Amino acid sequence: MSLIIQTYGSMLLGALGKTLLLTLLSLFFAMIIGMIFALMNVGHNRFFNFLGIAYVDAVRGVPLIVLAYFIYFGLPTAVRMMGVEGFRLTALQAGTMALSMNCGAYMAEIIRAGIESVDRGQMEASRSLGLNYAKSMQLVVVPQAIRTMIPSIINQFIITLKDTSILSVIGFPELTNMGKTISGNTFKSLETWAIVGVMYMVVIITLSKIAKRVERRVNRGR
Amino acid sequence: MEGKKTIIHVENLKKNFGSLEVLKEISIDIYEGEVVVILGPSGSGKSTFLRCLNQLESATDGTIIIDNMNITDKHTDINKVRENIGMVFQQFNLFAHKTVAENIMLAPVHLKTMTKEESKVKCSQLLERVGMPEKAEAYPSQLSGGQKQRVAIARSLAMNPDIMLFDEPTSALDPEMVGEVLAVMKELVADGMTMVVVTHEVGFAREVADRIIFMDGGYIVEQGTPEEVFQRPKEPRTIDFLNKVL
Repeated sequence: MSLIIQTYGSMLLGALGKTLLLTLLSLFFAMIIGMIFALMNVGHNRFFNFLGIAYVDAVRGVPLIVLAYFIYFGLPTAVRMMGVEGFRLTALQAGTMALSMNCGAYMAEIIRAGIESVDRGQMEASRSLGLNYAKSMQLVVVPQAIRTMIPSIINQFIITLKDTSILSVIGFPELTNMGKTISGNTFKSLETWAIVGVMYMVVIITLSKIAKRVERRVNRGR
Repeated sequence: MEGKKTIIHVENLKKNFGSLEVLKEISIDIYEGEVVVILGPSGSGKSTFLRCLNQLESATDGTIIIDNMNITDKHTDINKVRENIGMVFQQFNLFAHKTVAENIMLAPVHLKTMTKEESKVKCSQLLERVGMPEKAEAYPSQLSGGQKQRVAIARSLAMNPDIMLFDEPTSALDPEMVGEVLAVMKELVADGMTMVVVTHEVGFAREVADRIIFMDGGYIVEQGTPEEVFQRPKEPRTIDFLNKVL
């Protein structure tokens, strides 16, 4: 085991960094995607309601690995068919797109549920003062929704971090992919996967500890 | 009330929820400075009527004109009209994530009817007025029901409305807290505020109302001064209701 750490330690850490980069990028875009589709969902416009539901259903109905293959291999083909030459996606770009879309769908559901958990009277009181729908959402409803959403968002955060391992299939050099390389080179599967597993675990446990602290802070004064 | 200026004009107002007709045909004029108390059994449409007056419920049919603005017309900027109509709810609906002062200052600051400094001054005046100057930094969860409702009234007043709507403001309160909220409302009456109040507080109605409206089944069944309605009710349904509540 110490041999693996000595020889491959810095590469493993680098791969972990790639994993975290992919996670953070995906979460950032997923929050935006989730917010947009959640607002479509809770609004009163039927067309947007339909779009919101359709997006969530479509993305949740497809396994992440299929989505990743589709974007990485399928999308450039589609662009070429439309007559644009030389369009390619890097594994990071395709991975970020796949994860953001996937995580965004779950995020949309979390945000929708959070918004719907805020008492209707809050919106009514705000509207009765003369604030419009958007301002009422922004100032009154969403800030309160976020409090109830935080545990679910943290949970989704952890799921997305683990889902990055699926993107080893499109060759992105994240932690699981590095594990494959190392165990292939050294034939020490047991040690390699134990180390990789512990690395994921340490990061995730640290994150959930930080998250708990954030949650407590946000809930203060409630 | 002759010779007084009409501030709320309602004509043939109808409101359906799906196939349920909640308001069947309401027509009424309410005058500037008038205090109107709406009584009636539950399900009579009184809250729905009140909520139509600021379009929290959109009217199915009919016309509502407030301050010469037709609020049932789609082209009217309803937000502008609402700035001028305060509303107090049975469940208070204070913004739970904001302090008392932030609750009161939110609308004036974001709608730019006041600067932040002006709204601070206004806020402390209003808290003084509702008897809670020391609670500016408290969160709603730290207040009693009566205190919450007094803050809710202060929050509505921060927009300097000409009309105040009260939707059963004391129904969710413990009995010992009803008095403090009614006291604040009576002060508003004394200041000449136009008020439309849905309530079960018959004593309050008798004392301060200029006019009592009795609603049942989506209609205004009877209306008149408190004396007329309480002492000499004409309609069997009014008599029946008053026998139950008095």
